[in-house]
Amino acid sequence: MTVLNSKIPAGPIAEKWSSHKAAIKVVSPANKRKLDIIVVGTGLAGGSAAASMAEMGYNVKAFCYQDSGRRAHSIAAQGGINAAKNYQNDNDSVHRLFYDTVKGGDYRAREANVHRLAEVSGDIIDQCVAQGVPFAREYGGTLSNRSFGGVLVSRTFYARGQTGQQLLLGCYASMNRMIGQGKIEMHERNELLDIVIIEGKARGIITRNLVTGAIERHSAHAVVIATGGYGNVFFLSTNAMGCNGGAAWQAYKNGACFANPCYVQIHPTCIPIHGEQQSKLTLMSESLRNDGRVWTPKKKEDAVKLQKGQITANDIAEEDRDFYLERRYPSYGNLVPRDVASRAAKERCDEGFGVNETGKAVYLDFKYSIERLGKDVIEARYGNLFQMYEKITDQNPYELPMQIYPAIHYTMGGVWVDYNLMTNIPGLYAIGEANFSDHGANRLGASALMQGLADGYFVLPYTIGDYLADEIQVPRIDVNHQEFVKKEKAVTDRMTRLYNIKGSKSVDSFHKRLGNIMWEYVGMARNEDGLKLAIKEIQKLREDFYKDLRITGDYDAMNIELEKAGRVEDFIDLGELMARDALDRKESCGGHYREESTTEDGEAKRDDDNFAYVSAWEYQGEGKDPILHKEELVFENVKLTQRSYK
Amino acid sequence: MADKILKELTIKVWRQKNAKAQGKFESYKINNISTGTSFLEMLDILNEELVNGGTEPIAFDHDCREGICGMCSLFIDGRAHGPDDDITTCQLHMRKFEDGATITIEPWRAGAFPVIKDLIVDRTAFEKILQAGGYISVNTGGVPDGNAILISQDDAEEAMDAAACIGCGACVATCKNSSAMLFVSAKVSHLAKLPQGRVEAARRAKSMVAKMDEMGFGNCTNTGACEVECPKGISIANIARLNREFLVAKIKD
Repeated sequence: MTVLNSKIPAGPIAEKWSSHKAAIKVVSPANKRKLDIIVVGTGLAGGSAAASMAEMGYNVKAFCYQDSGRRAHSIAAQGGINAAKNYQNDNDSVHRLFYDTVKGGDYRAREANVHRLAEVSGDIIDQCVAQGVPFAREYGGTLSNRSFGGVLVSRTFYARGQTGQQLLLGCYASMNRMIGQGKIEMHERNELLDIVIIEGKARGIITRNLVTGAIERHSAHAVVIATGGYGNVFFLSTNAMGCNGGAAWQAYKNGACFANPCYVQIHPTCIPIHGEQQSKLTLMSESLRNDGRVWTPKKKEDAVKLQKGQITANDIAEEDRDFYLERRYPSYGNLVPRDVASRAAKERCDEGFGVNETGKAVYLDFKYSIERLGKDVIEARYGNLFQMYEKITDQNPYELPMQIYPAIHYTMGGVWVDYNLMTNIPGLYAIGEANFSDHGANRLGASALMQGLADGYFVLPYTIGDYLADEIQVPRIDVNHQEFVKKEKAVTDRMTRLYNIKGSKSVDSFHKRLGNIMWEYVGMARNEDGLKLAIKEIQKLREDFYKDLRITGDYDAMNIELEKAGRVEDFIDLGELMARDALDRKESCGGHYREESTTEDGEAKRDDDNFAYVSAWEYQGEGKDPILHKEELVFENVKLTQRSYK
Repeated sequence: MADKILKELTIKVWRQKNAKAQGKFESYKINNISTGTSFLEMLDILNEELVNGGTEPIAFDHDCREGICGMCSLFIDGRAHGPDDDITTCQLHMRKFEDGATITIEPWRAGAFPVIKDLIVDRTAFEKILQAGGYISVNTGGVPDGNAILISQDDAEEAMDAAACIGCGACVATCKNSSAMLFVSAKVSHLAKLPQGRVEAARRAKSMVAKMDEMGFGNCTNTGACEVECPKGISIANIARLNREFLVAKIKD
């Protein structure tokens, strides 16, 4: 049986990373040239890792399913990136960022990993500036900052409402430089379908070329999974349409443990669902909560009139507005963390105070900041977000408050990794959203960009050397090795099986059904009966999927239905594991809210005596129950308390 | 602002099996589409109906569906990204269409963007231009503090205006010459406006322009069509800046 070793270095927390770096092995420039690394995914984590490792001298092969590496969904991150620079002189520090992140994650993250993240955060900003990222600046020419949820300082750097785009273009430019120099071999429109393991070590991947339909073999001395999260299990989410859990799931099926699958972040400020024809949800940046006030009507009769379209928000008098976040959480107000804000919105809507026709929306109102600062200032800060909102909803947010509702946004869970970001399969790494390690049970705003770039620029390029230093005698891996042949056949069998079901229902119809089960029972509020039911429903769905799936078009050519079918097949399995994990974790923590475990005033109630662990699930084969490993979380530097933002 | 229902639409769409096959227009009827539905959601619904009827769905590029990844393309009723301003196809909503309308959908048409299948084209030529010089030559690590070099707010804002380009290719598809000047000039301007990018500005302008010509994009004749259809409002003032950068670089040679 697998034994998990987190390999957290000994010593005081502030010295762990530097002493670890001093202790690990380094590969010489002459030997780096002989080593190949596969990086799957080209978002902030994968892109920065690929560029950095190529600059160091490794031969990198990068893969993405999009037509260009610069389209990865990191590009859609709007609000900003955190760093403990203390440029605002507001008493920020590495320790404060570390503390905020551990507390924000509801004490379910690894202390040592989070501290390292805070330590390298400042270097990330320097790196991005050097690449030409046009961050917002003050008149004097210094970098600007703003505030985000769950913190009391201003440490978020931003480029209008397009920070993710600019950071991604920065690291993609670095990749391009390396592609131009022949140090990165770029494979676009190419999707991972299996991982090849030879004598216990990750040695390559099997992919499907999405243009030709050909199954391909690619080998390397190490494989890095940087494919983001699995939020699309829910069908409707803020993820891009193509985002999938395939690579992470293949890692799991090949023996890597999958950690905390039930930790899903539900973002409080998304544009509400318009109806049955919806395909995805659009996020409105958390930065808007700096200047927007969240409210619903105080009187139920006003809410009813709003739902019937008889009045608008502007008809409701000042004293009849319930600024429920300011009321419930006076010290953090509208800037409480995402999980808290989402649950509060759901509570208001469940009580009948929702403000649109479906009753599933609350207001985010800029009237007050426009009065205070002027329309020009608000337009300069959020112009592109307001435009986006108006194009989608046909309503002008300068005149009427925005309508918002929580939606699936990010997955804190992911592939289990040790301190070196290596999974329990030697040579297989997971970075960025694809791993589990830094955000605990809830991620703070503007921390995803920070983690992706920390892993890719400043952590993995060092830690991977410790492994590869022992691989320098290993010649280039031969793709004709029997394990490659075997895995290619397995992938072909899997794809032809799906293609040949020849049933009557589309992939999307199964995906939507899965999404409904997940949102209903494994969504914002979970309980034992619901979770047990969800597992049964998912198993039934899987049976129907294999009996009645219909894929049209050709097998050995571009086939958009076949692509989706593989992803949804993985989502079904992932959904079941998420429900199992949620069932095991009887406490509430962060984004995981068990109705059986709440405080008197309805807040999430942790149970540190019984659940202060990372749940790491190990695959046992098709149809068999996975084994649960528990990695105890030890807190030496942060005192565990009931999280309060009041 | 309540949504209405479009009872019937005719979708006339370009179908092409692969890069080598001959393509042609096919027409499909679609019913009961809400005006609150996005254009791509309408295509999802049509595709679902095609699959249910045993036909291969229409292949089109799309991903983020919030107007930032630049993956979606589509020439709709003769306009890149369809009949609305300052948006991508994925942000276009059906309220822009009348009940009973016939909607014509084509892929980007440009020699440098060959069709892969149906509405999907190959935009690799853009990536090749970026690989030729669309970067600042700096390795990870060993860079100065973020505040070590002050940048005026105006310069940072102007750089950001140009950096907002999403590389979708609407400019090329719209231009009668299939020129990529707006795309290339946006990247050159973004980096040239910043002190970090100035260092190798001349080299960058020369190598990106050379690669652009090599990839088969047409020449710019200043019609300004690209600027009109750009979903991110990238200005043709950038083209003037690129010409200046290019000229200065050539004079120095």
